[in-house]
Amino acid sequence: MIWSKYSVPQAFYPLAGRLIPWFAAVAVILMVVGLYMGFFVAPTDFQQGESYRIIFVHVPAAWMSMFLYVVMAVWAGVGMGLNARLSFMMAQAIAPTGAMFTFLALLTGAMWGKPTWGAWWVWDARLTSELILLFQYAGVMLLRTSIDDVRRADRSSAVFALVGVVNVPIIYYSVQWWNTLHQGASVSMATGSKMAATMLMAMLIMTIAFWMYSIAVILARVRCVMLERESLPTWDEKPAAMPEAVEAR
Amino acid sequence: MQWGSASEFFAMGGYGLYVWTSFIATALCMAWEVLALWRRRAAARAEQRAAMLGGTDETAA
Repeated sequence: MIWSKYSVPQAFYPLAGRLIPWFAAVAVILMVVGLYMGFFVAPTDFQQGESYRIIFVHVPAAWMSMFLYVVMAVWAGVGMGLNARLSFMMAQAIAPTGAMFTFLALLTGAMWGKPTWGAWWVWDARLTSELILLFQYAGVMLLRTSIDDVRRADRSSAVFALVGVVNVPIIYYSVQWWNTLHQGASVSMATGSKMAATMLMAMLIMTIAFWMYSIAVILARVRCVMLERESLPTWDEKPAAMPEAVEAR
Repeated sequence: MQWGSASEFFAMGGYGLYVWTSFIATALCMAWEVLALWRRRAAARAEQRAAMLGGTDETAA
């Protein structure tokens, strides 16, 4: 299989259409399994009680918010380097989902902070840098919508995304670099006890579920972007005169 | 399993408000995103179809 042929939107469009149902199905199955494990298998935390169960959405959402930003910046960089329109479309398709996960990480974090710290919000390094990430996603999207010329919008938002990627390691290492109220990384806390193992398992399953969800949603959005940007009417619905063409759906 | 009853499950040891707000907000955001994409796709396809019918290619039955 020649992968480079899928760098052409006309070839990528039907491929994405075929992949979406699979990623969506895996996402749904893993979410059901992850929620079951999170609520019925993982035991009560001896320190935080039941409120700790928020981590089963909070941690995957926070991870996705950072990961998707890096992926968006990589596509933006590839787009700049190769002047590839599909790369810019991918970057454009990732931004809203990344922003949504950033918002959810902040919201669920507040829901966890109120009962645990006694405050919805504190200006600590982790929370503040994550809030800045939300503004960066907003900036990338607003910059695009504020520039009419598509090629200039692509390049401007790509530069913005690339410059902002410096914030991702700051978010990630903020709990080590500064004395934050936000706790340090918990993934290393698995000390082999059964309790930590089921909690960790539920969290990782939810993370993979969010990952699969993101891929499905981003592929669906990049298809929309292609339809909106390119006026090639034969991508999706082939005219009756061309029955030999392989159809995506 | 650690829940004696359904009400115990929904109470979440007194943290029900925080836990369920988090999970429901996440579910609503995802559902909204999928619905918004569905509508965006329908709009894009409708526009494309209109452009196709308005074009010169009349062979598309």
